[in-house]
Amino acid sequence: MIKIERLVKSFGSQQVLRGLDLEVATGSITVIIGRSGGGKSVLLRHLIGLLRPDGGRVLVNGADVTRLGGRALDEVRRRYGVVFQGGALFDSMTCAANVAFPLRENLRLPAAEVATRVEASLAQVGLEGMGSKYPAEVSGGMRKRVAIARALVTEPEIVFFDEPTTGLDPILVNTIHHLVLNLHRKLRFTAVMVSHEIPEIFEIADAVAMLHDGRIVEVGPPGVIQASPNRVVRQFIRGEPEGAEGA
Amino acid sequence: MTERPLPLVLRPLDAIGRGAIAVVEALGRFGMFLAEALGTLLTPPFKFWAFIDRINYIGYRSLLIILLTGGFTGMVLGLQVYFTLVRFGSEAYLGPAVALSLIRELGPVLAALMVTGRAGSALTAEIGIMRITEQIDALTVMALNPVRYLVAPSILAGLVTFPLMTAIFDTVGIFGGYLVGVELLGLSQGTYFGEMQTFVDLNDIMMGFWKSLSFGVLVTWVCTYKGFHVGHGAEGVAKATTDAVVLSSVLILVWDYFMGTVLP
Repeated sequence: MIKIERLVKSFGSQQVLRGLDLEVATGSITVIIGRSGGGKSVLLRHLIGLLRPDGGRVLVNGADVTRLGGRALDEVRRRYGVVFQGGALFDSMTCAANVAFPLRENLRLPAAEVATRVEASLAQVGLEGMGSKYPAEVSGGMRKRVAIARALVTEPEIVFFDEPTTGLDPILVNTIHHLVLNLHRKLRFTAVMVSHEIPEIFEIADAVAMLHDGRIVEVGPPGVIQASPNRVVRQFIRGEPEGAEGA
Repeated sequence: MTERPLPLVLRPLDAIGRGAIAVVEALGRFGMFLAEALGTLLTPPFKFWAFIDRINYIGYRSLLIILLTGGFTGMVLGLQVYFTLVRFGSEAYLGPAVALSLIRELGPVLAALMVTGRAGSALTAEIGIMRITEQIDALTVMALNPVRYLVAPSILAGLVTFPLMTAIFDTVGIFGGYLVGVELLGLSQGTYFGEMQTFVDLNDIMMGFWKSLSFGVLVTWVCTYKGFHVGHGAEGVAKATTDAVVLSSVLILVWDYFMGTVLP
């Protein structure tokens, strides 16, 4: 279970997170929604230990990752898989080498086993036979799928998705969402996804959390969020032009 | 709680103090960055193939520019020094004058400046792009230390390639001087090389070697640091690349002077 308590973060005079609380149940898909620039990615970077908060804590299975460093933090991170917004594939390596990288460097598996797992992993995301291509030679959707394959190849307990469908057409958005859903059913990881793909995320999420003004203003199953009386939530999911400012 | 504003008279002092703290902090980060890189060189796992790749990137790919600049520097030296020495009837000393200038001073400095322009800038841009496209973050969240993968092999490769590049620069430069002095201006081959053997000793060679070794660390340290701490977007990478080349070049010249005063 991931438990975020009173998380506070400022950049200079701009306070991005203002005492944020959230719980993510083990084995669930929790989607964090909110306006662009509202701090969703900042929150995610705290969960994966790339940012230190000014206050509050992030408990992952009881361990406060905001206080950990060095090997202890690395131990927690080995149970993570992360899909970055742009994929963050190593552009000097082929797609297969990208997927093989965490297996080779972290798990130190023999070459034959690495090759088998990479092939299986690429097949899982529908990219059989594409391993020899470089990230620059494949489409945006394929890059996202390679990034998902790389994040899942080590069979992590928790997978973080930072806007995995940004910049993709609606068909690809649905393809990626259903890919995540199918892989989740198969591998049973805990997923935390930052997204503003409304209403598509309601089909895959177990819980949806609305981030606004540095806090989670509402959290619950998709049906509850969709029927929420909260003005900020309603405005966001309906995409009303006046947005959340009027709330 | 808000801070009480400082009296007007103390504000310049406050600004100076903040500036000084910022400079000391930046120097501390810069030093810690090198310490971390050296630390990863001393502890396994060693990234041997990354090191070989960096030798190719920094050294082998800079070879052509080193050959060209080394050759023409030696030729210019041969020409200018010959016409100066001829005024004193000392043209026999052309060989040692060219060799000493190259081995003690011009070889290490110009080779380092050339490698900085070609490989140092590329190193900063490459690491900078990896930073802004979250590739460095991807390494970090895989529990892999990006300094071990990206910085340490570059610094080690700098240590190996800069002395080699300098040796090639010196050798080609000496033959450039030979072409002008002997083949063009008619000095005898025996005089050119014979006087060189008399006047150039091991201390001169070691001075060039220590300089090139330290430049190897300096350039790769500055360039990887600037790439690692790049600003936002393409503009950030462009600025980091310019800063890396300018800072490396200035530090090469400043450090060269200090090395020149310390070494025999």
